[in-house]
Amino acid sequence: MSNTVPVTLNVNGVEHHLDVEPRLLLVHALRDHLGLTGTHVGCDTSNCGACTIHMDGKAVKSCTVLAVQADGAALTTIEGMASENELHPLQEAFWNDHGLQCGYCTPGMIMAAAGLLAQNPNPTEEEVRHGLEGNLCRCTGYHNIVKAVLDAAKSKGASVGASSSGQPGVTA
Amino acid sequence: MSVGDAGAEVTRIAAESTNGAPAPSNHVGRSLRRKEDPRLITGRASYVDDINLVGQVWAAWVRSPEAHAKIVSIDTSAAKAREGVIAVYTNEDLDMEAGLPMAWVPPGVEVNTPDHWVLAKDEVKHVGDPVALVIGDDRYAVVDAAEDVVVEYDPLPVITDPEKALEEGSPLVHEKFGTNKVCDWSLGGGDLEAGFAEADVIIERRIVNHRMAGGAIEPRGVLAEYRGDRLTVWSSTQVPHFLRLFLAILLGVSEDRVRVIAPEVGGGFGSKLNIYAEEIGCAWAARKLGRPIKWIETRSEGLMVTHHGRDQIDYVKVGAKRDGTLTAWHSKIIADVGAYQLLLTPLIPPLSAFVMCGVYNTPAVVTDVTSVHTNKFPTDAIRGAGRPEATHMIEVVMDQLASELGMDPLELRRKNFIPPFAEGHETPIGVVYDSGNYEAALDKLLEHIDPAQVRAEAEALREQGIYRGIGFSTYTEICGNAPSRAVGPAAFGLQGGGWESATVRVHGTGAVTLYTGTSPHGQGHETGFAQIVADKLGIDPQQVQVIHGDTDTGPFGLDTYGSRSLAVGGEAAARAADKVAAKAKAIVAHQLEAAPEDIELRDGKFSVRGSPDKGLTLAEVAGAAYTTMEMPDGMEPGLDEQSFYDPENFVFPFGAHACVVDVDAETGKVKVVRWVAVDDCGPAINPMLIDGQVHGGIVHGIGQALYERIHYDDAGQLVTGTFVDYALATAAELPSFETDRTETPSPVNSLAVKGVGEAGTIAATPAITNAVIDALRPLGVNFINMPLTPMRVWEAIQEAKGGVPA
Repeated sequence: MSNTVPVTLNVNGVEHHLDVEPRLLLVHALRDHLGLTGTHVGCDTSNCGACTIHMDGKAVKSCTVLAVQADGAALTTIEGMASENELHPLQEAFWNDHGLQCGYCTPGMIMAAAGLLAQNPNPTEEEVRHGLEGNLCRCTGYHNIVKAVLDAAKSKGASVGASSSGQPGVTA
Repeated sequence: MSVGDAGAEVTRIAAESTNGAPAPSNHVGRSLRRKEDPRLITGRASYVDDINLVGQVWAAWVRSPEAHAKIVSIDTSAAKAREGVIAVYTNEDLDMEAGLPMAWVPPGVEVNTPDHWVLAKDEVKHVGDPVALVIGDDRYAVVDAAEDVVVEYDPLPVITDPEKALEEGSPLVHEKFGTNKVCDWSLGGGDLEAGFAEADVIIERRIVNHRMAGGAIEPRGVLAEYRGDRLTVWSSTQVPHFLRLFLAILLGVSEDRVRVIAPEVGGGFGSKLNIYAEEIGCAWAARKLGRPIKWIETRSEGLMVTHHGRDQIDYVKVGAKRDGTLTAWHSKIIADVGAYQLLLTPLIPPLSAFVMCGVYNTPAVVTDVTSVHTNKFPTDAIRGAGRPEATHMIEVVMDQLASELGMDPLELRRKNFIPPFAEGHETPIGVVYDSGNYEAALDKLLEHIDPAQVRAEAEALREQGIYRGIGFSTYTEICGNAPSRAVGPAAFGLQGGGWESATVRVHGTGAVTLYTGTSPHGQGHETGFAQIVADKLGIDPQQVQVIHGDTDTGPFGLDTYGSRSLAVGGEAAARAADKVAAKAKAIVAHQLEAAPEDIELRDGKFSVRGSPDKGLTLAEVAGAAYTTMEMPDGMEPGLDEQSFYDPENFVFPFGAHACVVDVDAETGKVKVVRWVAVDDCGPAINPMLIDGQVHGGIVHGIGQALYERIHYDDAGQLVTGTFVDYALATAAELPSFETDRTETPSPVNSLAVKGVGEAGTIAATPAITNAVIDALRPLGVNFINMPLTPMRVWEAIQEAKGGVPA
């Protein structure tokens, strides 16, 4: 590889130092360099949201961020959502409500939902539907995803926006 | 009803449908949450691109920008000179004797099937046709190198309209056939001529069922390794067993030396049931180079070179008596199958013919299918595969006929329903439906939605410029593919059988592994199949691990498509478990000095009927079977049984759907405000999984009807090549769904089950189309073809007004 640039990524509370091509997408840095393969690529055009993670407290599509742009940022991926012994309330709700089938969109969907609930802890169904319109699912018809997000909001309220592993939660 | 109200309604219906949960020892019928979910919700699952091998290199494909052209020259020198590039291959380098397979040889029908090489030879036939394969050591660098391959093309005339393609003098996709026609194929029964002669009313419609994509969110991907005379291929596929077979044949490797693994697969919807050039090409190159090779599809490639579905133009002619009694039904299907034929390409349009009787007692039904080559990517099975097209024709035309007769559309349906039957109903075309009660499904639907109330709402809304309509669809479909005697070489002409396999292996501790020949990609087999086996053996489903998608572990299988997994693969699992239970009973009978027929499974123990306290658990039986202590004389050790199940018939799920839409007459925008679905797939194994399949299936249909279209322009350029242009529905466009079931047992299998994976999609498009037409009738619109985009709807309104559409 030609020119590389040093970057520091703080992912799920762990600091990583990488030398990357300037064009390397953040999602590929996470997946191919750090082995965090829970974040997926589904479309290359920022439509599907399978690559959604949290960057400095905001839900972002990591296929549309360069790794160098994330230098120094605090990142949370799906792997950082559960604590050692406890699933994140959104993970629990997706499981209980059958909010996933093939599971490919699920990590991005959960991260987007966490971002939504951090901003709006008690959304209506309509607000959940609009809040998730940047994330595509082909399996569920969204019915049970919407139900899971509403149930997670009901069960834990505002805390649902944060990860269980002590990473900074999402702030509006 | 608002969206929020609909959500509450769903909950209420869901609560009703899961009421009366059986005793804990009975796991079948309960909405157990899925065993596969923990790894998926925590990001710990392994899809193909999550697997990396030591020494792995990357593949990228050079694809044709032309829809039809001669390849004049290919210059790979600049690409080969790039740092990190290992090899660049073209057709000349391939030492394969055959191209990609097509598996349909219908008796007595000539099918014009072109060669379909992994890399194009001499000519390209569609945009995206691969002309070179680049291998390099970095994911990004191979894409750079592919752009450095210089291909000179000499463009040839392009044909994209299937009807024009059939005309004399049309450009030919394949010169050697002298025609673009692939084949003519017909299925019918009854006296069509007499039926039309008897009719008081005859209507004809031209129905366009446009091309669409599978749209699985995980793109396709391949990882191939040839090591120590063994080829291992990880692929995002629905058909690992088929892929192994064709890898062996095409690469000349003994089948026992080929292992195909379908790891976690992120959705398929039919689009991953093929044998693709990328799979064969990467495996071929991995052997040639001695390096593991990975290729991951981009979404643009996915929309361009992962097979499409539908694309029919249907001419439907229907006759009826003045009282609504159907007398004759003739459909002519022109199917645009694209430039080549993939595994099942030309047999998908004929699948429409098998359900062209629908749920109605029409005495004469004939379907003529003509398949046509054009300069597009091939079609093949996409969720429903032929049945959505048939159901769309039938159910849209039923509403058209009702309008012509001045009858209520539901009254017309009831007038023609096949009466309830439990043990088979032979249709005039010779297809024997297994069981059905169409009236009951419609009655149940109407318990949840009152058309009169919707029409009253529509009156009120019209004053605000909103046109509300309601549409119905009462469908049946054919699935559970299935009986070898019906689908096989001597009958329909598929070059293979339709059975499924299962192995139930009880370990010494009493834990169970089920190996299934089916290959799920989101359906929940690990849970549903575990429920079936657990009940047969008196254990908890958590103790049953379901292994699938690895050709080195279980017996040969026929994979997952056509809503076959439960009705064929689930039944195989049940039968293998029955064999285990029978052996367990013999062992227990021996130990308790009773007759095997007096042993029953009760509360998790095999015990003598009437003496439930003295009995053995499965773990205790397994202990005996493996230590060989206290076994009956002459009985083989072990507790490990297999079943190969070949059904006697297909299964025929059915149901009734209702859709309510609001149309903005100013903009033409359609919004689905309510959807009620009653589906009958026999007794539920896991109701939650059924609801999930129905929800997703409906949205696949809504997507086609309103938003999605694979669109080529006249030059054969793909216009909808990203998710920016190919619009999948998002949560924001959709309502929650109201689902319910009737349960009519199938006589075909011991579980009495039918498939449900495609039902929602099959039911959906006519319901929404009928709803839009119903909404627009006050404006004078009586018919409209999909996709019901704002532009199309607005144009229809303008035309009806007598204006000239833009």
